[in-house]
Amino acid sequence: MQSSAPDTARRPSAGLDLKVYGPFLALAALILLGVLVNPVFLSPGNIINVLTRTAFIGIIAVGMTFVITTGNIDLSVGSMAAFAAGVAIVAMNALAGPLGSGWAVVLAGVAVALAFSLAAGFLNGILVTKGRIEAFIVTLGTMGIFRSLVTYLADGGTLTLDSTIRATYRPVYYGGLFGISYPILLFFAVAAVGALIMYRTPFGRYCAAIGSNEDVARYSAIKVDRVKLLAFVFQGLCVALAVIVYVPRLGSASATTGLLWELEAIAAVIIGGTMLKGGHGRVWGTVAGAVILTLIDNILNLTGAISVYLNGAIQGVIIIVAVLLQRSGASRR
Amino acid sequence: MKRRLGVISAAMAGLLLAPAVGVAQETVKMGVSIPAATHGWTGGLNWHAQQAEKELEERYPTLDVVLVSASDAARQANDLEDLVSIHNIDALVILPFESAPLTDPVRQVKDQGKFVTVVDRGLTDPGIQDLYVAGNNPEMGQVSARYIEEKLGGEGKIVVLRGIPTVIDNQRVDAFMKEIEDSNIEVLGMEYANWNRDDGFRVMQDFLARFPEIDAVWAQDDDIALGVIEAVQQAGREDEMFILGGAGMKDIIRRVMDDDKLVPADVLYPPAMIAEAMEITARHLVEGEPIEKEYILEATLVTPENAEQYYYPDSPF
Repeated sequence: MQSSAPDTARRPSAGLDLKVYGPFLALAALILLGVLVNPVFLSPGNIINVLTRTAFIGIIAVGMTFVITTGNIDLSVGSMAAFAAGVAIVAMNALAGPLGSGWAVVLAGVAVALAFSLAAGFLNGILVTKGRIEAFIVTLGTMGIFRSLVTYLADGGTLTLDSTIRATYRPVYYGGLFGISYPILLFFAVAAVGALIMYRTPFGRYCAAIGSNEDVARYSAIKVDRVKLLAFVFQGLCVALAVIVYVPRLGSASATTGLLWELEAIAAVIIGGTMLKGGHGRVWGTVAGAVILTLIDNILNLTGAISVYLNGAIQGVIIIVAVLLQRSGASRR
Repeated sequence: MKRRLGVISAAMAGLLLAPAVGVAQETVKMGVSIPAATHGWTGGLNWHAQQAEKELEERYPTLDVVLVSASDAARQANDLEDLVSIHNIDALVILPFESAPLTDPVRQVKDQGKFVTVVDRGLTDPGIQDLYVAGNNPEMGQVSARYIEEKLGGEGKIVVLRGIPTVIDNQRVDAFMKEIEDSNIEVLGMEYANWNRDDGFRVMQDFLARFPEIDAVWAQDDDIALGVIEAVQQAGREDEMFILGGAGMKDIIRRVMDDDKLVPADVLYPPAMIAEAMEITARHLVEGEPIEKEYILEATLVTPENAEQYYYPDSPF
């Protein structure tokens, strides 16, 4: 923690660009801490667990990177995930009659989750662009709407997937290729595609241009509204993908599903080096940020040394220090 | 009562004629204020309250039940004001969100001459309530501890998953720890899982990675227990340990009924207590039945032998 490394990094030409590598250094430091706390930390089982767990927030956070890069925010993702999961479960249970309990019904559920989340993302986007309402207010509103709808759908309780369908669907979370679970594979696929779009396509550059100066972007003939709308729809797609791997885990959705996921996803994006005010997106940084968030929790669970009452405080300190490292390095350049 | 009725009808006679028909029986209004369905247990609570509302209004034509749910303590205090000023209730049945912040709002209701029934979470001043109906949190911890101790033969290694940091959680855990004090049961680890399936899954995964040998899990709550079950099955360690939840969720009771080795028992902390409180209050108000001041529901141990009588397939919880 009290390393003197910044001395060399301070000089303009010497050392690393902390803004880019900061999240990865923080991640490395955290991994080191984990090993010191408990050697079990590095066991393949634990690593697979942690990365699989990260997948939900991570996939959503990749979408959030685009929304934040355009200078917007989406607070509705957690509720959207809960409602999409709820609707998919209800649809699968209802279709079990005509379709049986095989893959046909699971695919139908996946289709429902996709359709719903894309529509929800479109709704957010259209309200922000055509409705001319701040994204914060739009998504705060839809956050409440989706959250109550899932509570209503579940009658205040829990929606549970029929156990025979669940048996078919279960391997999507618990299975994998070469020992790597499907959620992890999907997470990295989404991140890779996200990075490709962000860094290699006009759309990615438009997002950044809008986030750094919307007026200039408009004068440069960028279709600002369309790009923003697409960013929200892409966010919806990411939520759907997260839901598709989330549902087979516990086969249920309730009023508490996805609670505070929006904050975790936003935190992952910011820890990853993307500025909250927009203008610059870092997809791989977001991936590191999401892993950092789950790691903190995991490490705290692996040690009995710290009072459980203080878990939240430790998390807070680590998040702030992680961002402080990159920002203080960046400002001195 | 007759004299009061006389006054009311006399006052109304000048204004309206219609009420004279219904004057034979006085309508009783009962306000019910409970927390909104934010997790499984409160979901069950809302369901049972709605069932009781229907049932009681059918049984007593003169009874009118007004049911409101609030998502935090401040809103519940507002609800109480509305129940008194808008609905003009005669009696209040309340399951307080938190004890301390709601003590004064309930006192104000009482000061206006209303009958007050408090459910589950006691107020800091028990002198306010006319009737108290509650589950027994310390007993729940104690019964759980006794079961685990017995099943393990007095020695073994266990992990504990706690709820949300609250008085309820503390009472359960303190009583549990006190009960196992003199045994050779070692508590390897204790973490909060917030009465939530996802957190139960996550915390248990980490416990499984951290401890190579676990004999039993006290999950304290059935939502947590469902997450724990998945984590244990994923690790393929279901033959090594058993899991004890709590509350009486139908999925868990079902497993106990079916003789599931992983979930051999459950300890009741039934959300149906709200229905019980409403019924006792209604009987007292309408029929004038005498009541005791306190009804403490037992923390019953559910085993395969008696599980069937606690199984409510229609409840959402």
